[in-house]
Amino acid sequence: MTAASPTVTIRAGFIPLLDAAILILARIKGFAEEEGIDLVLVRESSWASIRDRVALGHFDVAHMLAPMPIAASLGLTPFGGAVITPMCLGLGGNAITVSNAVWYGMSMAGADSGGDPKRMGEALRAVVEERKRKGLPRLTFAVVHPFSSHNYYLRYWLAACGIDPRADVALTVVPPPYMADALAGGHIDGYCVGEPWNSAAVVAGVGHIVTTTSAIWKSSPEKVLGARADWAEQNPEALSALLRAMHRASLWCDSPKNAPELVELLSSSRYLDVQPSTMMAGLTGRIALGDGQPRAVTDFRYFAKRAATFPWISHGLWFFSQMARWGQIDLTPATLDIARRSIRPDLYRKALGPLGIALPNASAKIEGTLTMETPVATANGRLFLGPDGFFDGRVFDPDLIEDYVAGFEIKGPGPLEG
Amino acid sequence: MDDADIKILVIDENRIRASVIEEGLREAGYAHVRVIVESRPTVRAIVDADPDVVFIDLENPNRDVLEHMFQVSRAISRPIAMFVDRSDRDMIEAAVDAGVSAYIVDGLKKERLKPILDTAISRFNAFSRMREELDRTKRALEERKVIDRAKGVLMRLRGIGEDEAHALLRRTAMNENRRIAEVAQSVLTAADLLSGGKP
Repeated sequence: MTAASPTVTIRAGFIPLLDAAILILARIKGFAEEEGIDLVLVRESSWASIRDRVALGHFDVAHMLAPMPIAASLGLTPFGGAVITPMCLGLGGNAITVSNAVWYGMSMAGADSGGDPKRMGEALRAVVEERKRKGLPRLTFAVVHPFSSHNYYLRYWLAACGIDPRADVALTVVPPPYMADALAGGHIDGYCVGEPWNSAAVVAGVGHIVTTTSAIWKSSPEKVLGARADWAEQNPEALSALLRAMHRASLWCDSPKNAPELVELLSSSRYLDVQPSTMMAGLTGRIALGDGQPRAVTDFRYFAKRAATFPWISHGLWFFSQMARWGQIDLTPATLDIARRSIRPDLYRKALGPLGIALPNASAKIEGTLTMETPVATANGRLFLGPDGFFDGRVFDPDLIEDYVAGFEIKGPGPLEG
Repeated sequence: MDDADIKILVIDENRIRASVIEEGLREAGYAHVRVIVESRPTVRAIVDADPDVVFIDLENPNRDVLEHMFQVSRAISRPIAMFVDRSDRDMIEAAVDAGVSAYIVDGLKKERLKPILDTAISRFNAFSRMREELDRTKRALEERKVIDRAKGVLMRLRGIGEDEAHALLRRTAMNENRRIAEVAQSVLTAADLLSGGKP
């Protein structure tokens, strides 16, 4: 603790979502203050605003979609400016929801309440093909942003089940809080989003949750802390202090006994402005799959355990591989290098190493090889990683990205739409 | 294309602000200004407006949706966010500070955009000032009511006249380095507590 050192102000933007929890709690539980940081939190209403205000230097750091810092560093976003990922904000927390009509069709085609991505995908494919035969319009699925984990997880799942996300369905963008309404209004037929916006559709009686992204890719990464590269370079101590504060906040958030206080604090109109009861399901991973009642979904979300905040280079490069797969970026040694250098486990180690916590020795892993909780090599104490398999059995070796991308049958940019 | 022919689209849920901007642009000589008063217009509506420049208020939660629409729709001539090069920085700063985001269709020259953007920014700022003024007036009105009620309480409980009650509030405020309205509110709260009901 460096409470005696002078206070540094860090300005952080966030979107009112459950996975901003450790950033928000770092402030309201005093972890940032203990580190000598005056953490100023500013709520934004779109990722576009987060992106612009980070680029303009209004924010030093921000709650971001995991692919956003990579996209910014690659110059895919307006105004440019490199952004780095020195920490993740947790694993899991998303699901895929479809309308009642689509669910009915899927049920007829063998969908059940087990949430198995393969079985659900096959049922959805049957619905998609039947619509094609009957000459009905394509189903429309929504994600939260083109550079979002949701976009890549949804596309990955569809494509692995033989549904071409560029041709067999239409994809659109809808902000999370509007998803359930858009589904109810018939504007979209399904979506991939973080909780509580899946359960919201179930509670409203307008949709069914078919599977979770933690079933599509176990222990898959979610939001990250994005930091302006130039700010991080000029303020290494402030960044380290922030990461330590957020680490403590992540432990606090991960403790089940703190869940009621956590949702109470986040429900404030300054932060999420959502009823505590609505957030509870997504926080504790009690999800109503298919036609079923809410039940605990294994490993749905966690904030701290199993190195949940460690910025794995292999996670970042998986997102990069999907950007390349869908034609958002050309895969070249140069772009790969930029993407790789935007993920900064070195800064995470530098900040948290002195705390004596167990950190993995490796900074990248071959994703999709752990089938159960597994101990990994660390310099300091015991650390277990969660299972990390993809539902279709593919393995992602970050050293073989080109082969990985080439190995997908369904890939390439989609056509422009009407 | 004459400058006056540049087609400008304003997307803003706030009807008053939208019309303030529209009026400003028209006064500046831009004849083709279209306003859509909703946060998420349809592709059709945007195509109909066929804009060279699009202004969206920064707080619009559908900015991500609109940006996606601009990118993937064949029918829209793909406006891109204005942040194209670093030399625009001052202009962008001013826009973001004012609360407006601008999108331009490729090919529109910067020197032609600048006066349009300046007008939009000054109108956004004018609207913010208007709104602040309105908020201040509202607050002042509410504080007046609180002070009047507190004076009533003091007059009743201490048997003093209105001027004396007012002087008492003001003196207390000065001594405690608080605002009169705050002291008045404390009086009302205390009176409420002591009487066990509405004072």
